[in-house]
Amino acid sequence: MKKASMIAIAAAATFMAGTASAATLDDVKAKGFIQCGITTGLAGFAAPNDKGVWEGFDVDFCRAMSAAIFGDANKLKYTPTTAKERFTALQSGEIDVLARNTTWTLSRDVNLGFEFVGVNYYDGQGFMVKKSLGVSSAKELDGARVCLQSGTTTELNLADYFAAQGMKFDSVLFDTADEVREAYLKDTCDVYTTDQSGLYAQRSVVPDPDNHVVLPEVISKEPLGPLVRHGDNAWGDIARWTLNALIIAEELGVTSANVDEMKGSKNPEIQRLLGESGDLGEQLGLDAAWAYNAIKMVGNYGEIFETHLGQETPLKISRGLNQLWSKGGILYAPPAR
Amino acid sequence: MTADVPGMSEGAKVSPFRDPKVRALFFQILVIVTFLAFVYYIADNTITNLEKRGIASGFDFLSQNSGFDIGIVLFVDYNAQTSTHGDVLLIGIINTLAVSLSGIVLATIIGFVFGVLRLSNNWLVNKIASVYIEVVRNIPLLVQLLFWYLAVLLELPNVRESAKIGESIALNNRGLYFPSIVPEAGFWLIPVAFAVGIIATIFVSRWAHKRQDETGQPFPVISTGFGLILGLPIVAALVMGLPFGFEYPAMGRFNISGGWVVKPEFMALFLGLSIYTGGFIAEIVRSGINAVSHGQTEAANSLGIKPNITMRLIIIPQALRVIIPPLTSQYLNLTKNSSLATAIGYSEIVAIFAGTSLNQTGQAIEIIALTMLFYLTISLIISVFMNWYNSRIALVER
Repeated sequence: MKKASMIAIAAAATFMAGTASAATLDDVKAKGFIQCGITTGLAGFAAPNDKGVWEGFDVDFCRAMSAAIFGDANKLKYTPTTAKERFTALQSGEIDVLARNTTWTLSRDVNLGFEFVGVNYYDGQGFMVKKSLGVSSAKELDGARVCLQSGTTTELNLADYFAAQGMKFDSVLFDTADEVREAYLKDTCDVYTTDQSGLYAQRSVVPDPDNHVVLPEVISKEPLGPLVRHGDNAWGDIARWTLNALIIAEELGVTSANVDEMKGSKNPEIQRLLGESGDLGEQLGLDAAWAYNAIKMVGNYGEIFETHLGQETPLKISRGLNQLWSKGGILYAPPAR
Repeated sequence: MTADVPGMSEGAKVSPFRDPKVRALFFQILVIVTFLAFVYYIADNTITNLEKRGIASGFDFLSQNSGFDIGIVLFVDYNAQTSTHGDVLLIGIINTLAVSLSGIVLATIIGFVFGVLRLSNNWLVNKIASVYIEVVRNIPLLVQLLFWYLAVLLELPNVRESAKIGESIALNNRGLYFPSIVPEAGFWLIPVAFAVGIIATIFVSRWAHKRQDETGQPFPVISTGFGLILGLPIVAALVMGLPFGFEYPAMGRFNISGGWVVKPEFMALFLGLSIYTGGFIAEIVRSGINAVSHGQTEAANSLGIKPNITMRLIIIPQALRVIIPPLTSQYLNLTKNSSLATAIGYSEIVAIFAGTSLNQTGQAIEIIALTMLFYLTISLIISVFMNWYNSRIALVER
């Protein structure tokens, strides 16, 4: 019996272990990389380049976090997720941060147990149709067959919009953006709907971009942003302020090219941001040069936008709402002090 | 403890530590306790983590408004603005059952036809059957589904260039459109006549069996049955003065509306599943027929029984005993494989309930549990039915 009770104690001890969980920052530092959830491939936002390395607007957010934490922008592993899988991956702890053009909504923030750390792209849902249909407004789409991706706010907005307009539609849902595009191009659908940024991204990779037109109506607000699990506020703060630092850097004119000169700037805001004075890095539990590293290795918000989405890219998206508040957009970061 | 065990007198106390019965009991209890502790640990761990992360739990979400549209809805009145996630579950179940059951029927027909053809003495027929079987069995199902969807059905003419049969049947890459039947007053008699036809056929078949047992006179049950099941509704329709109208599909600004439509997402899944599973069933049928000794055929021939009667009444009933158990697993596979539909946009339970609903509500554990429960229930029902059928056709030993 003594032997048996020993076994029982050993068994109990085995099962007890593992319930305690460390903070995400400690976990990330211990394993030496950030597990970053991204799309399965959306040109401009996250797509592998010709060398198989993931690149894009969302990828660069993760790279900035990696630079801020490790002083190296490449301590990252990527988990491509579909719209359907992304939340479960984050909830279960499979990924540490999700940067996957995800719309910030109340139920996702509250009910799903997430923490949105800000908005890195102000978007809205739109429609793309073939020019040959001769449609010029979304209000003419009564009776159309619509292809879209499942597991998105897009599905809800679409149903709401058509109900509000008193129009009928027929929908076909797919798992990935590529499947939707394929079905749309094969003309089994009249309309492709998703966030406008996604429509531009998809239009940039079709063989005949000029034959497709994105309709002017924007039927929803889609503030896209990175998110983390609810409950680990220290980790959420790091993600939030990495994003803010990139925006502040653009406001202050700090770029990856001039960040070294800017270190000597007399502007106290720049000095605080770059860790020359104050203890902002320490407050976050990071190195003093956290923002310096992020800006130096990845670039400020404006640089990231232009590299992946701007006029020099096939997407040719103008800044629009995503311009700084001081230049006519609504991009506004709280002060870093 | 019995007295005649050598070296053990009645009433002798054996140390419980050495008593095999006590030991066995102890180890069984230990296993059960360990198992329960494990289950408790998993459940507790899950609940704690859900609470820690602020994720809601429970089944309240089933009565929440769903808010999204579903491509294919059968029998249920669904509206994104008013329907709930519970309705989504129901539609998912109906759509899964629709494609599984129709797929099982077609796969069985394909399987039996090709299984018999595979045994044909005609070289060409035999080779065609074996090429079909080898090709479909050796290509992954998902690839076949994508082939049917993207390479066959979506390559059909687009909606403005539909292939038409007459004015009212149209085929394009959005589906097969045909007129729908709109019931009018008195329509009820037709389904009633249909049901009567089925019941009458059952009685005729019993009577014919009995008569054949008594007198040896055969009776054409199959043709009589067809006559009853098809004839009675036709007579009913004529008696009530054709109590239905047609609604014809008509081309709108974008799409064809009105009438009935079979959408390509359903067709791709239906064809893909049936043709794939049919290949496996064909091999099962062939092995079943091969398992019946050739002596049975020779004996039937020497009695002067016609070849088709030999096949139907002597070979197949014996072959079925070998066929049914593996056939059951093919039916189960087909049902479970229908979850691959999510790749080609068919709205079955995994795509809409374990997909969109899960994503909108975030309640992964509840939704996945319900989905698993559904598949388990369906699989068990199919198993129970097939086991019942298997015991019915089993060799009766006299």
